Amino acid sequence: MSNQINPSMSLAKPEANDLSVKQKLAVAFGVIGLLIFGLAIFNTNFPNKTLFLTISIGLITLGIILFAIDSYLTKHEGIKNDGVWFKSMSSRGILAWVTGVLLTSFYIILYFFPMYLGLSSNGEANTGLISLFDPLSKLLSGNPASQWFVYGTLYTLAILAFGYKFMLKYRHNRYEQLRTASVMFFQLGFAFLIPEFMSRLNVSPDYNLPYYDLKSIWPLNYYLFDSWSVNGLLSSGSLGLLMLIFGVISIFVVSPILTYKYGKRWYCSWVCGCGALAETAGDSFRQLSSKKLSAWKLERWLIHAVLVFSVIMTTALIYTYLGQDPNKFWLTRSAFLISVGLILTLIFSAVMLFKRNELGKDARYGSIGYFVVIAALFIMYYTGTTDEIFLIKSSSLRSAYGLYIGSIFSGVIGTGFYPILGNRVWCRFGCPMAAVLGFQQRMLSKFRITTNGGQCISCGNCSTYCEMGIDVRAYAQKGENIVRSSCVGCGICSAVCPRGVLKLENDSIKGRINSNDILLGNDVNLIELIKR
Amino acid sequence: MEHVVIIGNGISGITAARHIRKLSDKKITVISAESDYFFSRTALMYVYMGHMKFEHTQPYENWFWEKNRIHLKKGYVKSIETKNKTLYFSNGDILKYDKLIIATGSKPNKFGWPGQNLKGVMGMYHKQDLENLEKYAPNNKICKRAVIIGGGLIGIELAEMLNSRNIPVTFLVRESSFWNGVLPEGESAMINRHIKNHHIDLRLSTNLKEIISDENGKVRSIIIEETGEEIPCDVVGLTAGVTPNIEFIKDSGIETGKGIKVNQYLETNIKDVYAIGDCAEQHEAIGQRRPIEAVWYTGRMMGETLAQTICGNKLQYKPGHWFNSAKFFDVEYQTYGWVFAKLRKHEAHFHWKHIDDTKCITVCYNKITNEFLGINTFGIRMRHETFDKWLTEKKDVDYVVNHLPDANFDPEFYKHYEKDILATYTNKLQSV
Repeated sequence: MSNQINPSMSLAKPEANDLSVKQKLAVAFGVIGLLIFGLAIFNTNFPNKTLFLTISIGLITLGIILFAIDSYLTKHEGIKNDGVWFKSMSSRGILAWVTGVLLTSFYIILYFFPMYLGLSSNGEANTGLISLFDPLSKLLSGNPASQWFVYGTLYTLAILAFGYKFMLKYRHNRYEQLRTASVMFFQLGFAFLIPEFMSRLNVSPDYNLPYYDLKSIWPLNYYLFDSWSVNGLLSSGSLGLLMLIFGVISIFVVSPILTYKYGKRWYCSWVCGCGALAETAGDSFRQLSSKKLSAWKLERWLIHAVLVFSVIMTTALIYTYLGQDPNKFWLTRSAFLISVGLILTLIFSAVMLFKRNELGKDARYGSIGYFVVIAALFIMYYTGTTDEIFLIKSSSLRSAYGLYIGSIFSGVIGTGFYPILGNRVWCRFGCPMAAVLGFQQRMLSKFRITTNGGQCISCGNCSTYCEMGIDVRAYAQKGENIVRSSCVGCGICSAVCPRGVLKLENDSIKGRINSNDILLGNDVNLIELIKR
Repeated sequence: MEHVVIIGNGISGITAARHIRKLSDKKITVISAESDYFFSRTALMYVYMGHMKFEHTQPYENWFWEKNRIHLKKGYVKSIETKNKTLYFSNGDILKYDKLIIATGSKPNKFGWPGQNLKGVMGMYHKQDLENLEKYAPNNKICKRAVIIGGGLIGIELAEMLNSRNIPVTFLVRESSFWNGVLPEGESAMINRHIKNHHIDLRLSTNLKEIISDENGKVRSIIIEETGEEIPCDVVGLTAGVTPNIEFIKDSGIETGKGIKVNQYLETNIKDVYAIGDCAEQHEAIGQRRPIEAVWYTGRMMGETLAQTICGNKLQYKPGHWFNSAKFFDVEYQTYGWVFAKLRKHEAHFHWKHIDDTKCITVCYNKITNEFLGINTFGIRMRHETFDKWLTEKKDVDYVVNHLPDANFDPEFYKHYEKDILATYTNKLQSV
């Protein structure tokens, strides 16, 4: 037999995956809803925008809900992965490529050419798609819509409708249901409604609040410390100051405590908006992530590089900001730089002192390398070698980060490539917040995925459906707990396991990282022998 | 350098190869006629169901073998010459060994039914069976009905597979209730109902008489022994158990019974020839285990043990407490210790079933000493480590039922049933 593996081993199309009448109807609703958006993009001037916006959003939502009901409620509770690798959409078929290209183009237009969506300039009225959303925007914030409002609305809609679908799919699994309800709540409330309502405050001259999604934490929220953002917050009375303080506390206090107790999943799969979209609209693509060892290596270098970039960029930004008016703040430039240096050194030496043996070889080289770079830059500044901190103007750093990381990586590639690369590309390879949380999860957290003695049959469902590309089976078949920085705790590996082998747990630190050569169930003497 | 040759690249052979590599620098060759690389046989069903692609069933990336200097040879061993330690392949190749491990697994049983070799009649064991199934049952247009013969674990998996493509299934089970040679009555009855809920035409106490051919030598229908009823079908699945796959060693002088006879060191009667996994038959059964254990886990354990012996640390195969698992459509099953279908001397069962008819447990204990002997659990995941400990410590049944929450392994936020189980248990005691 040849080495060639037939992708599905299927000679004819498996009939079971044809659409039912109700599903065809649902698709029709959804497509008609989208068609209205399409017409709007080509500048159809709808007579009653409120009505047409309601109809299109209503039809799309109805389509998704009807489709989900007919897909899942007609069957018994249980795992619903039949035909995943036969369907064009979920196995990189023609539908997946078309969707990938459309999504990617949408992101490029959204970030770089919003005028094609109908964004006005010079205070004129919006046209096209954006004008279709004006009524809703005016209802919420009182302002006409922007491209970001259109995007935010569609984003929230996707999370709510596909979140409902996901809850039906996993209606036997309360962990999945609860965390989906949680991301739906945070998206609708914190990311969408609250910022819109807050901008109503800005009618009063005392307020100048920037758009601020309170659950979006630095360094994911890389613009929190931009001068316009800080200025806006500081010029908005005690509410603005409170929000800025909340932002700082989130990263330095709330996040470490929650990550210690529950792992990074408290954020990545219960709160975060990027995670919310990945887990709901992106659920059909989770099996596409690469499980190769080479992908894991790339991931480790890339995500930590982005983190270092974002730390340097933010440090430079705040440094520059503080310099604009030296007497304005209690925090001086040098005090700030020294404290950043101190915090980084503290974390670095604590890890090297207590957790040295848990780091892989390349992780050790990597962290030493990064530390040396940062230290060198500080030294250069203090010895007067350069006038610009970190060699480059902070504003150019900021705009480079915004373009390459904020727009291209997280949006165009991260979401546009869902149907090709899987639904967590950004979270796995690029998100600096995930890097911070993952680092703590690996080093100092009670969270792990426990494997159940010797029960694994190496079937591979867990690895296949891990959206972060973790080869879960490699651990499970060795009876070893899974303690990986990248694990977002979505719980799907545990759900799809046919033998009840995996369980997400928060338990004591002791015995969390274990390694067994001989699995439970064999001769006790042999197990003892191997342990020695 | 000593050359260890392993025939068979399933879980037993591959586990042995991996552990020999960990412990030594010996030359290792693994032979297979079935597939280029090790794959998880238990996962074949998910390939047909579209949950995974075939490559996902391979636990190691393809570079793994060369990196660990485990040579893979594709080929079919035709005969073994044990005197000069040589293997002869069907294509004429010859391979010398210093130590030989036979790990050739099983093949599906065929009990001499008329028509059992027709096109469209197949087992569900080898990768080739899966390819065959794709050919004859790709969808419900080409396969209008399938009949499965034999009510065991593979039979119910095949039913689930065909069901995933909306192919109607008739399931002939010889016994009066599904798998009741292994499962106690209450559990077996619950699974019967679960099978029927998935629209499977389950026929209990029903035997196959013969398989009828069409004009092209392909299956057209089957005849039922008891009633003479003819059921038209396009595929017949033979899943009435498995037999050791050992034809090729017939003339080698290696002693065989049903399987290859081995002692507790997994040695055959011929020096430097060993057998592990499904194809090995113990001279004397270990504890209450069967002489031939065709189970994933025992194959792996034999591989782990034999690697020690091969590498100079001679070790008996002494498996610990029995455990196993399976999945019946949507109901997961786990077992720890011994729960037999028919009560043995001094044994009693405590049975609890949830009203939704998808969850139940059976606890087996000694009536006289109250010692806990084993548990079957359906629809509730339990912790292997905890039960292994309780069995070793010979906890009594009261202790076990009272401490069930410690053994729970269900995902977080799942509903717990331990209180309900305990209440049922306490009531039963009072009413006795």
